Amino acid sequence: MFPQTFDYTAPTTLDEAVKLLGGGAKALAGGMSLIPMMKLRLASPEHLVDLGRIKELNYIREESGALHIGATATHYAVESSPLVRTKCPLLAETAAAIGDVQVRNMGTLGGAVAHADPSADYPAALQALEAKIVLRGAGGDRTVSAAEFFVDAFTTVLNEGEMVREVIVPVDTSGVSYQKVPQPASGFAMVGIAARVKKAGGKVTEARIGVTGLTNSSFRATAAEKALEGTNGSAADIQKAAALVAQGSDANSDIHASADYRKHLAVVYTGRALIAAMGRAQ
Amino acid sequence: MKIHLTINGKNYSHDVEPRLLLIHYLRENAALTGSHVGCETSLCGACTIELDGKAVKSCTMFAVQADGAKITTIEGLANDGKLHGVQEAFWNEHGLQCGFCTPGMIMASKQIIDRNHAPSDAEIRHGLEGNLCRCTGYQHIVNAVKAAAAAAGK
Repeated sequence: MFPQTFDYTAPTTLDEAVKLLGGGAKALAGGMSLIPMMKLRLASPEHLVDLGRIKELNYIREESGALHIGATATHYAVESSPLVRTKCPLLAETAAAIGDVQVRNMGTLGGAVAHADPSADYPAALQALEAKIVLRGAGGDRTVSAAEFFVDAFTTVLNEGEMVREVIVPVDTSGVSYQKVPQPASGFAMVGIAARVKKAGGKVTEARIGVTGLTNSSFRATAAEKALEGTNGSAADIQKAAALVAQGSDANSDIHASADYRKHLAVVYTGRALIAAMGRAQ
Repeated sequence: MKIHLTINGKNYSHDVEPRLLLIHYLRENAALTGSHVGCETSLCGACTIELDGKAVKSCTMFAVQADGAKITTIEGLANDGKLHGVQEAFWNEHGLQCGFCTPGMIMASKQIIDRNHAPSDAEIRHGLEGNLCRCTGYQHIVNAVKAAAAAAGK
């Protein structure tokens, strides 16, 4: 399986990359989605800009109460980083659930986010964490929330010539859990639920639920979050809240799972994620 | 495009098309046919090699991306005719039947042990999720990885 011919450039600075992207080139990060698509000729870019040699895009650092993660940090870097594991465990645990070890060694956070696969794992966590995504284009940087960023299947707010530069997640002390139903061959999430819960005085003070795989785009299940906040977080409270997770959603249907089954999975896995998160909440 | 790589400690340099996949470079340009082309869709892991210390599927990257990298393939594991510990363990524990998946299995297993000196069964299975064995020999493979880890720890 050979992709169509293309030009290849591997710049070493971000400015150079942005200039090339402005000229119509396609960004290549880890290539774990793009290269299979090119081999199947579902994508045939004429010019690839390899971001893999841009050192200023590959970092994980803490800055004023948040973790800043460069676009080309690999899933393995995110999953194994002591900083992410201790200060934003939801993101580390989600990264560890992606694909397989070879994919996590190559695939990148920025690439996965920009690709916006409806079954990708990261979007659930980024929604639940209310993450910010920094985009770089010819005109400089702009920052958007995860909720704004993901628009539809494989569709984001990225404009022509723009790229993902960085993802910002808060330092997070909630109880968290990511629970997914992997498609057995690909490992993609048929449904994936990222949950965060904070408790004080025996009451749930904050609940955040990010959903991926269910619909064309990831989302926050705000009705379920509201139903849980203010309760004791008992099994019955969780069950009531989880029942709302798929309400009104236009669920995807394919050979792996019908829309009704996906909705059912979303309810069950929201329950599991919330129970696990509640158990870890202080 | 001219690329330079170090494969199993030897220098290689070729002029290649950007679309040439690394697995084809290894097999056809470098004449190292130990890494196998199984599914070609990033699922089976038979093409797994080590790139700058990380196990990757060489069917899902372009040779040009590996320019300047240090690569180890299955051919590079044995030293002076002495098998690598993981190879030895696969032999002793019958971790293969037909052997097609074995080069990839061994490279992925090496990564597991490099990162975790005493992996549990569950950790081994998690680490081998990217490799398929159609002879369904998984239990023997898991035994082999455990044996290799134990031998390396001695």
